[in-house]
Amino acid sequence: MPVEFTREQLGEVTRLQRLYPDRGGALLPVLHLAQEVFGYISEDVEKYVGTLFDLGPAHVHEVVTFYTMYFRRPRGRHVLSVCHNLSCHLMGAQEIIAHLTSRLGIELGETTDDGRITLLTVECLCACEMAPMLQVDDRYEGHLTVEKVERLVDRLA
Amino acid sequence: MSPAATEKILTRNFGRPDSHTLKAYLETGGYTALPKALTMEPPAIIDAVKRSNLRGLGGAGFPTGTKWSFIPKGHTGPVYLVINADEGEPGTFKDRYLLERDPHALIEGMLIAARAIGSTLAFVYIRGEYVESWRHVSAAVGEAYEAGYLGRGLDVVVHRGAGAYICGEETGLISSLEGKKGWPKLKPPFPAIKGAFGAPTIVNNVETICHVPHIINRGAEWFASLGTKTQGGTRMYSVSGRVTRPGVYETSVAVTLRQLIYEYAGGVTGNGRLKAVVPGGSSAAILTADEIDVTMDVDGLKAAGTMAGSAGVIVLDETVSIPEALMVVARFYAHESCGQCTPCRESTGWIYEMTRRIVVGRGRKADLDTILDVARRGAGTTICAFYDGAVGPYISYIEKFRAEFESLIPK
Ligand SMILES: Cc1cc2nc3c(=O)[nH]c(=O)nc-3n(C[C@H](O)[C@H](O)[C@H](O)COP(=O)(O)O)c2cc1C
Ligand code: SF4
Ligand code: FES
Repeated sequence: MPVEFTREQLGEVTRLQRLYPDRGGALLPVLHLAQEVFGYISEDVEKYVGTLFDLGPAHVHEVVTFYTMYFRRPRGRHVLSVCHNLSCHLMGAQEIIAHLTSRLGIELGETTDDGRITLLTVECLCACEMAPMLQVDDRYEGHLTVEKVERLVDRLA
Repeated sequence: MSPAATEKILTRNFGRPDSHTLKAYLETGGYTALPKALTMEPPAIIDAVKRSNLRGLGGAGFPTGTKWSFIPKGHTGPVYLVINADEGEPGTFKDRYLLERDPHALIEGMLIAARAIGSTLAFVYIRGEYVESWRHVSAAVGEAYEAGYLGRGLDVVVHRGAGAYICGEETGLISSLEGKKGWPKLKPPFPAIKGAFGAPTIVNNVETICHVPHIINRGAEWFASLGTKTQGGTRMYSVSGRVTRPGVYETSVAVTLRQLIYEYAGGVTGNGRLKAVVPGGSSAAILTADEIDVTMDVDGLKAAGTMAGSAGVIVLDETVSIPEALMVVARFYAHESCGQCTPCRESTGWIYEMTRRIVVGRGRKADLDTILDVARRGAGTTICAFYDGAVGPYISYIEKFRAEFESLIPK
């Protein structure tokens, strides 16, 4: 896939850049957009985004690698991010993680062979009242049980 | 006054399914403080906030009115207001409720705060994972523009983070807002002198700002009277872990930890017997079951050797392994250290490894003293308060539950 935004997407980039006193402020939002469009932030995407800001690829690379939400490799069609911080730990996160790794047959950080699911652990998603919880793509799911996780995974296409 | 009877102020609308809309906000007295504030001179607004004893609810507890007064007098360039909605402190989830359920309260508070500090451009920095919050705040900002609250003197930009706890620290947040990695900076200069994009900047927590309209509407004295001598108001406590009813509870800052656990959250689950509590987010020193008769205000918890922090209360019953809990907490700090300062970068990783070793039964006799020594030596030497926030748990878990750690170490 060629690494280039459409005219419309470029319009959005310009709109974002104008919101900030210095257009550099739009770098994180534009990287979110790039990830949505290109699937993940490859080196080519880093270079391309850099050109939109007159920034060298090193600066963009430094930013991309600093934050956990930018993927530098292709991810599954769905990302399951299971919280393993204290409140979720107290409410059984370990069991949920163990179940998911065995059910999906992958280790943490890996993607299923069919490209369906990437499994991650994350630090507190600040929804500890629904512990144990996870994020599936954009959505928070809480009060997890093995059965609930099972149903959730089954529903993901 | 019995805190149990405290009126709900910030959370009063949470029961309405449409509480995030302009319509609901207007129907429940929203945007009535703004016209009042517009008749007040900025110093009078700052003075009211000072007299209210409102203290920052993001973690540090700094008096809000005093912070606002740090913007240099006679400054002519831009001044920015930045809302810290990067909620990330483990055990805390109250800002998420405000962002999702009452975003107009935040916007009205921002309009008043911006007038007080002379800002015409404000940012809401929302943690990247909070997609629902981001949608609701963006929609509310749209409504506020359409209704003419925004766009006549104040513009608001809703900004999304991308996953990094350290961006909650105000100078890290500013770096991130500028499109850089979120490395904290040495203070001074404080953001109020040189902050976002090089301009004087006030960074405030979501909940802090949501209180402001009520202070203007009902008076500084009313707000001050809700709390203790040195801290006014109510605040939103996030209670999680081994309790019957985990959730957000708004009550006076004079509430005790015992009341929060037993009266609000319905008591302890697990084996029903309390072992320990983290009172203010994971960076606060842990308290034992005997130490919960403390008031939850900033100074009350400070006197108890811990901190109010973000008011995230995590409850541990007697079946919980404290060394395992420390391992989980230590893993977090090891993962989130930004790596700029040697003591923080090295110690967080190393202490996590040590605690893990102890938990799996491979600890050595000298390990505990070594951890305490390493932790103490780095404290206070780093660029930001992150490392001190890690040292709090390292030391308190080990000092207060030493025998339990020792029982895991082979003789
Ligand atoms: C490591 C670290 C993380 C922090 N995380 C947050 C946070 O998630 N949200 C927040 O409002 N403040 C956080 N703070 C506190 C901010 O630096 C700052 O004090 C606060 O946003 C100021 O707002 P306030 O005065 O209204 O509390 C953090 C501080 C440190 C040292
Ligand atoms: S104390 Fe830790 S998190 Fe803070 S600046 Fe230093 S290395 Fe980074
Ligand atoms: S510990 Fe899992 S959401 Fe907070």
